[in-house]
Amino acid sequence: MPTNGAPTKITQGSQTKGGIGESTLRPDGTLKVTGEFAYSSDMWHEDMLWGQILRSTVAHAEIVSIDTGEALATPGVYAVMTYDDLPTDVKNYGLEIQDTPVLAHGKVRHHGEPVAIVAADHPETARRAAAKIKVEYRELPVITDEASATAPDAILVHENRDDHHIGHVPHANIVHRQPIVRGDVARAAGKADVVVKGEYYFGMQDQAFLGPESGLAVPEEDGGVHLYIATQWLHSDLRQIAPVLGLPEDKVRMTLAGVGGAFGGREDLSMQIHACLLALRTGKPVKIVYNRFESFFGHVHRHPARLYYEHGATKDGKLTHVKCRIVLDGGAYASASPAVVGNASSLGIGPYVVDDVEIEAIALYTNNPPCGAMRGFGAVQACFAYEAQMDKVAQRLGMDPVKFRQLNAMEQGTIMPTGQPVDSPAPVAELLRRITAMPLPPERQWESSEGADVRQLPGGLSNTTHGEGVVRGIGYAVGIKNVGFSEGFDDYSTARVRMEVVGGEPVATVHTAMAEVGQGGVTVHAQIARTELGVTQVTIHPANTEVGSAGSTSASRQTYVTGGAVKNSCELVREKVLELGRRKFGTYHPAWATAELLLEGGKVVTDGGEVLADLVDVLGDEAVEIEAEWRHRPTEPFDLRTGQGHGHVQYSFAAHRAVVEVDTELGLVKVIELACAQDVGKALNPLSVIGQIQGGTTQGLGVAVMEEIIVDPKTAKVRNPSFTDYLIPTILDTPTIPVDVLELADDHAPYGLRGIGEAPTLSSTPAVLAAIRNATGLELNRTPVRPEHLTGTA
Amino acid sequence: MRVNFTVNGRPQEADDVWEGESLLYVLRERLGLPGSKNACEQGECGSCTVRLDGVPVCSCLVAAGQVEGREVVTVEGLAEFAKQRSCGTGACGTSLQDAQEWQAKGTDSQTGEGEELSPIQQAFIDAGAVQCGFCTPGLLVAADEMLENNPNPSDADIREALSGNLCRCTGYEKIMDAVRLAAARQGEAV
Repeated sequence: MPTNGAPTKITQGSQTKGGIGESTLRPDGTLKVTGEFAYSSDMWHEDMLWGQILRSTVAHAEIVSIDTGEALATPGVYAVMTYDDLPTDVKNYGLEIQDTPVLAHGKVRHHGEPVAIVAADHPETARRAAAKIKVEYRELPVITDEASATAPDAILVHENRDDHHIGHVPHANIVHRQPIVRGDVARAAGKADVVVKGEYYFGMQDQAFLGPESGLAVPEEDGGVHLYIATQWLHSDLRQIAPVLGLPEDKVRMTLAGVGGAFGGREDLSMQIHACLLALRTGKPVKIVYNRFESFFGHVHRHPARLYYEHGATKDGKLTHVKCRIVLDGGAYASASPAVVGNASSLGIGPYVVDDVEIEAIALYTNNPPCGAMRGFGAVQACFAYEAQMDKVAQRLGMDPVKFRQLNAMEQGTIMPTGQPVDSPAPVAELLRRITAMPLPPERQWESSEGADVRQLPGGLSNTTHGEGVVRGIGYAVGIKNVGFSEGFDDYSTARVRMEVVGGEPVATVHTAMAEVGQGGVTVHAQIARTELGVTQVTIHPANTEVGSAGSTSASRQTYVTGGAVKNSCELVREKVLELGRRKFGTYHPAWATAELLLEGGKVVTDGGEVLADLVDVLGDEAVEIEAEWRHRPTEPFDLRTGQGHGHVQYSFAAHRAVVEVDTELGLVKVIELACAQDVGKALNPLSVIGQIQGGTTQGLGVAVMEEIIVDPKTAKVRNPSFTDYLIPTILDTPTIPVDVLELADDHAPYGLRGIGEAPTLSSTPAVLAAIRNATGLELNRTPVRPEHLTGTA
Repeated sequence: MRVNFTVNGRPQEADDVWEGESLLYVLRERLGLPGSKNACEQGECGSCTVRLDGVPVCSCLVAAGQVEGREVVTVEGLAEFAKQRSCGTGACGTSLQDAQEWQAKGTDSQTGEGEELSPIQQAFIDAGAVQCGFCTPGLLVAADEMLENNPNPSDADIREALSGNLCRCTGYEKIMDAVRLAAARQGEAV
């Protein structure tokens, strides 16, 4: 199978309607607006049971005993399972480190850890039966922060670690540590006219996708199981599920059910293994659907972080050096912590030119909720801190914050702190210029002839102000995010493309295992097939494990990597179709042998536009099908001591300008506008690109002013696991989001495209914080900002 | 218990309903109408919004027994509901021409293409207001009800009316576009 990662041609040059660059509409749009689209929680099967998970009520404890007798005796209950009922020796799972128990064994390490599972004929019966399971805990002291984790006598969250990070971490309660050292910070600091130090805190954010964790496991006659599931990566799930069930991978069939958003929260397993275990135990289909309360315990969150920064600059505004230390709280299990550390450290100083840097990032094991992937993945926390620092340095120098950033902005050719040159466009200064050039929203928009429209004021319909005490502020930020899996990961995707005549028309079928989570990958795959194969009709085959892995719908990578795989397979199909044409018709026209041939409008045409044959005639009764893997350029790991290494594939840049109005008396913030400029390389579907940018921007807004999972520092228990107490932005909280899209091609990527999904989530938060600082004059070193931080009552 | 009520114009009977079940559960799990969504099941997200005797409600907060004898419209019935409304109170049967066009068009079972949609449904697709789509059914029911009562809403009106419906994907901008588009098309049609 061809698996090269060489850059492919921009396109075959055809102009097929509905191809790349057009804002074609979603193929699943109609089903989604009529309510017919089948999400994972909509799955239903004759005779199915409902699964329920019993979770720990304490964060850190030994399990003294579990009594399932009363639960099992409940009418309607078919099975109750604990650790002792697991069928094989494989009892843990995990993305990189298999440290997460399928069901707790002797100990629980965080609030809400799965302890037992129940299957019953009604979800309420299952819930009540689970509540009848008696678990006796002997509580242990909780590890909640760096001090308690690394104290000499600290209890180890995981005893007997044997993962590949244990050899280089300074303490067994540290998952991974990545230093990056470049240049000579001590010498460079001597040149600084100003030095600014800051300490920052980034709160724990939840992905808060709306479709709850859910799925249906159906036992099959061959002893296997078929799982219909919402996930970000079918094959990663499969690799973790099959060994626990004691089944070969080909007996665990996985089909992607409709996914109601993901944002990183579906990278780790949730109810997958539990549903399969109960289905195999009872011989009946088992459906599990979390409610929102359980969802807050059922997936990892964004790492909260403490960040310590020192920036130096000369009085003419050039950065001399940056030192930083980023402490990420990974919670009880590793999840994606090592990779998050890699991102936080390697992107830790932002999109700026600094030759002398000292960076250290670590992730802790604690008894707080496990943290892992969320949109922006380590780069978000760093961006919040380095952008706050950039504003402070500019202020100390008496410089305009945008000009100061532009003066230090990286560009193509800049060397990253990891020693890796940035080898595609890096229009940081230009994005800042664009964001500054956008018109500002008018002042006092709330004023009307009938008095103040409170809906446009801080506090809104609570009617807390008619403009008195309200001040406006403006803030800017820019960020850098890597695209694709980094640090030497073999990041590939697989696409099967078939071309045949159906109903008298040439039709292409694209089959991948890509998880469509809402981002619009299915739309783009059809566009690529039209462009490359010159057909109008494209069928997107449902995603499942009957085709090779597509990798994760993460890291802004799917359009790049699975899009690249679809393009590559289409090109191979095209060659085969042309071969077929040459065989059948080559003797009739010399151009078959001599001209550059394209597939366009259902025909084979020469690059001069001459039609040689209809695809219908070329294909006849034959179907041409190719399944091939495609990978991007290889990367390499970061050196564990110096952090040097060409670790990233591509970078993605976005800049934001936030305009806020703050009721300084009550500490209420209204974001008036949040403008974004982003380089996307090539917009394969402009409508979807803008949708991604606006959505990412809004998640950044959320963690700026409202979103935080509150964990009690004394008990490590989650205090706000609901949409009543964990607030995400409503349509009233969200401002207009004008977007300026720049398209500077990355010659290494398919069509020159750049992964786009995450970059807007980075700079949105620090821009809002900068605007609030600008309005209030307060320092504000933590996010989210709540009223008490603005009124001095915190 | 048994619950009798009307869903999308059709009389329905649900048997063996446990007293604690919500209208949302009965719609989704007993009547095969999973279009109303279960994002929070605590009345915070609006993804389960249906019309109950015309009034938009979170169906997760309505006990199934409360709907006895009442009328419910869900996203599955929204197109037909909008069609009936636009026909006014008079009879509005399918014309021969409509029937022929429908036959010629058909419906694609994979994508749903060719299905007749209400103006707000079509506008959500056209404006790019659908990403993961989990919030979409509730937003459609809420937006359709707003446009019924306020055919020319200001942006502030739209935001106020839809403030009970959470969306995590879009940042709401395309949803604003979709509602404006539906209002504009509705205005043109009159």
